[in-house]
Amino acid sequence: MDVIVLQLFNGFSVSSILLLIALGLAITFGLMKVINMAHGELIMIGAYSAYVVQNLFLSYMPSSMFNWYFIAAIPFSFIVAFLIGLLLEATLIRFLYGRPLDSLLATWGIGLMLQQLARTIFGAPNVGVTSPSWLNGGMTIMGDVVLPYKRLFIIALVCLCLVAMYVYIYRSHSGRRMRAVMQNREMAACLGISTRRVDAMTFAIGSGIAGIAGCALTLMGPIGPSIGTYYIVDAFMVVVLGGVGKLIGTVFGALGIGLSNTVFEYWTTASLGKVLVFLCIVAFLQWKPMGLVAMRSRSLD
Amino acid sequence: MHKRLMSRQRLWLLAGYAAAATALFCAPLFLSDFRLNLLAKFLAFAIVALGLDLIWGYTGILSLGHGVFFGLGGYAMAMYLKLEASGGRLPDFMDWSGLSALPWFWKPFSSFGFAFAAGILLPALLALVLGYFTFRNRIKGVYFTILTQALVIITVTLFIGQQAFTGGTNGITGYGKLFGQSLASPDTKQMLYWVTVIALIAAYALCRFLVKSRFGKVLRAIRDGENRVRFIGYNPAIYQMVAFSISAGLAGLAGMLFVLHVGIISPSMMGIVPSIEMVLWVAIGGRGTLIGAALGAILLNSAKSVFSESYPDAWLFFMGLLFVIVVVFLPKGAAGLLGQFKWLRRRRAKHGEGDGVHYPAV
Amino acid sequence: MEKGMESTILQCDGVTVDFDGFKAVQGMNFRLEKGELRFLIGPNGAGKTTMLDVICGKVKPTIGKVLFGGKVDITRKKEHQIAELGIGRKFQTPSIFPTLTVFENLEIAMRQNRSVLAALRAKLRAEEQERIEAQLEMIGLQEKASWRAGGLSHGEKQWLEIGMMLLQEPEILLLDEPVAGMTDNETEKTGELLRAISQTQSIVVVEHDMEFVRNFASKVTVMHEGKLLKEGSMEEVQRDDRVAEVYLGKRRDADAGRSTA
Repeated sequence: MDVIVLQLFNGFSVSSILLLIALGLAITFGLMKVINMAHGELIMIGAYSAYVVQNLFLSYMPSSMFNWYFIAAIPFSFIVAFLIGLLLEATLIRFLYGRPLDSLLATWGIGLMLQQLARTIFGAPNVGVTSPSWLNGGMTIMGDVVLPYKRLFIIALVCLCLVAMYVYIYRSHSGRRMRAVMQNREMAACLGISTRRVDAMTFAIGSGIAGIAGCALTLMGPIGPSIGTYYIVDAFMVVVLGGVGKLIGTVFGALGIGLSNTVFEYWTTASLGKVLVFLCIVAFLQWKPMGLVAMRSRSLD
Repeated sequence: MHKRLMSRQRLWLLAGYAAAATALFCAPLFLSDFRLNLLAKFLAFAIVALGLDLIWGYTGILSLGHGVFFGLGGYAMAMYLKLEASGGRLPDFMDWSGLSALPWFWKPFSSFGFAFAAGILLPALLALVLGYFTFRNRIKGVYFTILTQALVIITVTLFIGQQAFTGGTNGITGYGKLFGQSLASPDTKQMLYWVTVIALIAAYALCRFLVKSRFGKVLRAIRDGENRVRFIGYNPAIYQMVAFSISAGLAGLAGMLFVLHVGIISPSMMGIVPSIEMVLWVAIGGRGTLIGAALGAILLNSAKSVFSESYPDAWLFFMGLLFVIVVVFLPKGAAGLLGQFKWLRRRRAKHGEGDGVHYPAV
Repeated sequence: MEKGMESTILQCDGVTVDFDGFKAVQGMNFRLEKGELRFLIGPNGAGKTTMLDVICGKVKPTIGKVLFGGKVDITRKKEHQIAELGIGRKFQTPSIFPTLTVFENLEIAMRQNRSVLAALRAKLRAEEQERIEAQLEMIGLQEKASWRAGGLSHGEKQWLEIGMMLLQEPEILLLDEPVAGMTDNETEKTGELLRAISQTQSIVVVEHDMEFVRNFASKVTVMHEGKLLKEGSMEEVQRDDRVAEVYLGKRRDADAGRSTA
């Protein structure tokens, strides 16, 4: 019983990180038909931003303040990744709209360059980020099951991001414009929506969220230049599984992959578990080829 | 007039082929053993590029999973070589991992014929199965591409995880003989080089036949508008499966040759980065032209071996930049650039939209 | 009425198409005789194109049956199987294969064994070459046979697609606004062509150009809001009050917005 609860909890925590990463991917793919392989590197940028904030606190702040560096790191990671996303969109992505395969290759190239850049700046070996002491330890439930505060914190952070995204997409004016462009770009443009601005803004927000994900990952272990590549394919599988166009699909996709990953890896070995998850995804796509939620349209190609 | 022009063009083409084949066959006369071995490796890569071009350039399906097919071919050959080198004893890495008997699926690999057939058929079969479950349901475009990438990840994890059967991270190495001949001797190397040249020519002939046949025209039609092809009465899924499968078989063949030249195969050679690098060869050379794809593989790898020896870090940077440049500015690769140049001078036929252009069929 | 069941080539019974709650077609009945040239008209959003989509298999009906040749229910078949059975479709926007040459477009569309093995072995026989060249001449593209189809003008693409469909030799031809974007001369030519084809094959045409319909239609089916409104000769249809109300009265709107539907 204890083991099951712990596995379930781990599954949720894996899902929550996947969700954070996949959110930006799903939105940019749904909106602009662009596959951003450099998304993993935006995670990396977020992680290194947290690392930089930590070092700044160590050097310039009284040590009593150190524990609060992480609170500063979250918005900082977001802003750095947001700005880089904005830059990326303006210089490259906007030339690749509606060309998913080409955008995939070009952004993979960008990712490679960003990794190399990180290696040049921070060095190839992994660096550690010291977690604030208030996140050490865990909550004990049911006698002897310990849920680490770090993972709880990440889950809470993801929930917060999710709610913020929900409010932004479904309740704000710019969110409504975004949905309009997603559903019918030409019509939205005719109605006077600046699709350029919507695209740039959306891409940057997706990037920013990836930055937050990177920041959260620093709690889980050391970070390195290629940290993003570990997560990016899984995150894409979330998009494939969840379908494009609705937030809820991504949430369920992330839960599905995160939980089944943990469960299968527990039952079998880490390597066989991955194979089983992949087989499950392919089997699932036999049933719903467009993922959990799909926007139906009359044009087929 | 028209006919004669065609035949003259054909003559030039044939002359070009003959010159290229002669140059390839005579290369051992001019190159050092080291360079020859490198070239042999690149020629094996060119076979992968041909197969990849068939599925990507002609059918419009991007596979990021060709590293796996390449690797499977490589492993098949390495298993044979390893058993041969162990001479009836258990291969060393199995011994270290605590196995006491040879696993059943290793046993048939002691026959060269079986290993060779498996090196081509295993990848082809895997591609056929994956193709069946995806193309049948019209999972295509990026969805398919992402699935192939996931295939790479799980295969690599599986091969690393099942150390006792696959040699784990180290892969399979530590063999030196084929049919009693040392793989390291210059004579064997030269022989293997020629074998590779013949394999490349055969692969090229096969791809050219496929592309020029009506089958190839249907493949291009699928690239232009898969749904429209359906309403004419073709079942695109079958065509895609066959093309994908042939493409994977060619990658397997290349993997086998690679192992013979290099003497090792490991999971890192079938990972995400090598797989996507294969795509870059085709992209640079020019997707949709066979010569372009093959040349792309040879040129890019030559550049890599020169460049990365002295500046390994800068190479990665350069490769990333190449991806961006090729995709944004040269969607048809170097061959397309040449073609455009020729076209500007001749203005014979009008060009259609580029390959990357989204074309709504309905 | 005097013709028996054998002469019915296509019969749709109670076809309903539901797009996530929006009923594009509701309980539509439709019957096509062999060698008939039928026009399907109606205001925008009447479900005409959706009806063609159902017949060629692009859209599966939620309820209803479509019988081909009196026995085969094609709602269970895949698009390529339906095409093989003998139903050809020309789409509203010309959909040819832009990177293939004009000749190649016709070559792969031509009636033939469409299996992979057959395509691998296929050689262009002299007789096939002649047929394609005759078709090229008919659609006026013999000079441009080696052009990439993507480089053709809009009208030429329309013709190419018609040529492809003719070489496909279907028993039923479904055409969605075939004369859109054609000159008056070309429209006339198309009409004559359709009349000639209907000697041997059956045709369903969706059309907004009322002039064209009036000139060439023998029987017209009017749809409105996914339902059958009226069926009969052009005179009967024009006399019908309900048709005048929903359709002819709105003709200007329909013409203005013919690019949608």
